[in-house]
Amino acid sequence: MRSTFRWLEVAFWLVLVAGYVLWPGKLPLASQVLIAGLFALSYDLVLGYAGILSLGHAAYFGVGAYTAGLLAAHGWGEPISGLMVAGLVAALVGFVTSPLVVRGTDLTRLMITTGLGLLLFELANRLGTITGGVDGLQGVEMQPLLGALRFDIYGRTAYGYVLVVVFVLFLAARRLVRSPYGLSLRGIRANPGRMRAIGCRVDLHLAAIYTFAAAYAGVAGALLTQTTQFVGLDVLSFGRSAELLVMLIVGGAGLLYGGFIGAAVFMIAHHVLSSLDPVYWQFWLGVCLIAIVLVGRDGILGAGRRLLTLRRRRPVTVTAS
Amino acid sequence: MSGRLWGALSFAVAAIVSAGAAAQDVVRVGMIAEMSGPFAETGRQMVNGAKAYQKVFGETVGGRKVELIVRDSTGPAPEVAKRLAQELLVNDKVDFLAGFGLTPNALAVAPLATETKKPMIVMNAATSVITQKSPYIARVSFTLAQVAAPLGTWAAKNGIGKVYTLVADYGPGIDAETAFKKTFIAGGGEIVGEVRTPLRNVEFAPYLQRIKDARPQAVFIFLPVGEQPVAFMKGFAERELDKAGIRVIATGDVTEDGQLEAMGETPLGVVTTHHYSAAHDSAQNRTFLKAFADVAGPDFKPNFMAVGAWDGMAAIYEAIRRNGSGPIDGDRVLAALKGLKIDSPRGPIMIDPETRDVVQTVYVRRVQKRGGRIYNVEFEQIPNVKDPGK
Amino acid sequence: MASLLGVLFDGLAYGMLLFLMSVGLSVTLGLMNFVNLAHGAFAMLGGYVCVVLMQRWGVPFLGALLLAFFASAVAGVVLERLLYRHFYRRSHLDQVLLTIGLVFVAIAIATWLFGSQQQPLRLPPILSGQWTLVGVDLNVYRCFLLAVGAVLAFALTVVLERTRFGAAVRASVDDARVAEALGIRVSLVFQLTFAVGCGLAGLGGALGIEVLGLDPTFPLKYIVYFLLVVAVGGTGSLKGPLLAALLLGVADVAGKYYLPQVGAFILYAIMVLLLIARPQGLVARA
Repeated sequence: MRSTFRWLEVAFWLVLVAGYVLWPGKLPLASQVLIAGLFALSYDLVLGYAGILSLGHAAYFGVGAYTAGLLAAHGWGEPISGLMVAGLVAALVGFVTSPLVVRGTDLTRLMITTGLGLLLFELANRLGTITGGVDGLQGVEMQPLLGALRFDIYGRTAYGYVLVVVFVLFLAARRLVRSPYGLSLRGIRANPGRMRAIGCRVDLHLAAIYTFAAAYAGVAGALLTQTTQFVGLDVLSFGRSAELLVMLIVGGAGLLYGGFIGAAVFMIAHHVLSSLDPVYWQFWLGVCLIAIVLVGRDGILGAGRRLLTLRRRRPVTVTAS
Repeated sequence: MSGRLWGALSFAVAAIVSAGAAAQDVVRVGMIAEMSGPFAETGRQMVNGAKAYQKVFGETVGGRKVELIVRDSTGPAPEVAKRLAQELLVNDKVDFLAGFGLTPNALAVAPLATETKKPMIVMNAATSVITQKSPYIARVSFTLAQVAAPLGTWAAKNGIGKVYTLVADYGPGIDAETAFKKTFIAGGGEIVGEVRTPLRNVEFAPYLQRIKDARPQAVFIFLPVGEQPVAFMKGFAERELDKAGIRVIATGDVTEDGQLEAMGETPLGVVTTHHYSAAHDSAQNRTFLKAFADVAGPDFKPNFMAVGAWDGMAAIYEAIRRNGSGPIDGDRVLAALKGLKIDSPRGPIMIDPETRDVVQTVYVRRVQKRGGRIYNVEFEQIPNVKDPGK
Repeated sequence: MASLLGVLFDGLAYGMLLFLMSVGLSVTLGLMNFVNLAHGAFAMLGGYVCVVLMQRWGVPFLGALLLAFFASAVAGVVLERLLYRHFYRRSHLDQVLLTIGLVFVAIAIATWLFGSQQQPLRLPPILSGQWTLVGVDLNVYRCFLLAVGAVLAFALTVVLERTRFGAAVRASVDDARVAEALGIRVSLVFQLTFAVGCGLAGLGGALGIEVLGLDPTFPLKYIVYFLLVVAVGGTGSLKGPLLAALLLGVADVAGKYYLPQVGAFILYAIMVLLLIARPQGLVARA
């Protein structure tokens, strides 16, 4: 079992590398799927591992996107340093807001995160002279990557750049969730009361993972800005948070890869369905969601895993609290 | 069995060869429009407007077939618009980019038009700055400042001395407010109060009360199309601001033709300035309305967004004609578009040779009942209005 | 003084509208503890039923309101049997997903049936216009909303706290197994309660068109407003949401009137602050 999974993991990343030649005409879409996947990975840490139900995760994505955009619009167009600054700023915002999010019931958390997201959206709209408001931030111009590789129209540079960044961050997250700290998070999700009783500082642990996830979301936002060379107010929208939830669940939460699978299926299905009949994409999306919660709760990845597992094991269920 | 296979194969080969031959004679127009999400109405208007044009004038021009490829930008999503544009340019090898209902989508794509030297026809997005973002952009729709500024002049000239402005607190609202105030004050008018309302506002009572307290002669409003203008007009009537001697003046988005239905009789008498009304009396408009009904069904009422797409197609057809038989060349197309005059359903329009933005007649209209239905009836016109935002 | 009273009146009326919009959710989410994000879909159904009845068949407004209630209640019963009842014991996350899925489907169906434009609503003349009382303008429809809200809040509280059925609901929600053992038909109680919750959603939707408008994106557009009232008010009672709605309504209107520059932030900021101060809601479940 363990070795199959490892092998699958290697195959997963190899396919992505091969994607450079396999789908040359679809590199822009592939980059955006990877970015959405990274964003979903960040949300997976919050929801799948720490059990915090949030509908305002776009706040950190947006902070990262605007940070990278504003840097580039004001002359700091070097991508990698911009990416780091964006991640740090998002982490800072995540750290400051984390005390508000780690307490309360599911409903309270849901509403506080939603409220914070909406407040940030309004703020970005109101600061139109800085952010460009609904018209979007203009003048984002990126310098060539590593001083040599221009962001081209085919999306080749962008794809390579995104893939490397996502891979590195994925490795870090993988280490994190398999560390003792990661295990304590799972413990908190399963039973916070008991974790407290055995001396685990639950609030502190949750705040730490929330901050970490915010940094990831910020980097994802910054990648989107840098590869699009534009920032729209929609990076902060409620819809983006809601879609994120859908993506992660479609893929399977609490499994690290779920976000990538979910993002790929969601965005490709959207792409295909909306070119068939753009108006009713929502209908089929809704039907799929209902079917997924009715049938397999742990998403595509969970279903695949059950198929792979010959021994009958308790399926990994996702519970939020 | 094998005979049938051969038959199928040779048929396929023949199809590919003929497609290859035909490719020379096909001009592809990649249309990026908002087909789903909260702005789906915009996209549906545009696509049907473009299809209506093709229905009347045919799918071929100068011996070439014009193929429309529609892609859904899903709403205000610049990264999606840009990605779709990349795919259209790289995979579908389109000769024109067109559509664009929302400003951020158009702005995100602009650099690609410059890089690939492909003409980009903006059919709706109304922020002044768009055409300055690439020398390959031409706009056939309107800009907000273009329709808001004449209203300021008209109001000052027609006995309205004191105005309160109420606009939604976002880019377009602020543009409309700025343009209106400039001409209104220049004409001798006085702004007695101004307020900017939240983007997603549903409760107008406190604002209406403020306006009532200030006792202006008129209130100028700009609100995003949707429930807000309806809510404002209803509140305005309910609170009897009209009886307090206050009038409503606005840009035409507020009394957009499709939306008048939901407002009931509350907007009767409202004066707006805009570039198109479904009630515009001309042969071109009748042709347009009939074609649109044929394409989209009788229940779907066209508005200025559909006209924008119609005129966009007219510009593209004329550009193809003037391009000649060679491959579509961006610079040649832009040269053809500069100064191009179109006999539009809204009246005569021209693409400004300097700014590549639209120059057109702006109409002053009053909401009136005509034969049981409510229309924006044009009663004054200001010809050759340029975008004052540049 | 007159302006202060006017603001207070408008604020209370707006608060009452928020209450009416979310009272159904106070039942399904607040009492039954089901995170029903599809509340807005039931409200939208009520809205469309009301508009269609009035437009096409000339049903009077009050009659259309009642029918909107019943239409949504019936839809609620059907969906409860088909989908919801399998999810009572599932996690909140599953409930969120199911109901978001329902919202998407509802939006698509509404677009298909009615198109994406705003729907018109003509109030009867008796409910339009305004009265003036000691210099304060009282909008007639807002008075009507206040009255309907007060009556509903009173009636629901009485049913919940004073009747056998109310006791059965509370018992079933608190401990289904024990309630079942006591002879309460929990499944039927849940079904009825859910139907009432959906019916109230439909009624709220129909009452809200005049102010909020009606188009297919309704369930998503106002989702925050519905949840806001229940989350701030607290689950388990109707007093909490009522208090929360009135408080938020007055704060929002007063903020917009006196400090229009920060209008957009007031509602959300108050929500976040109240939730931080009282994570369990204003009136917490005992």
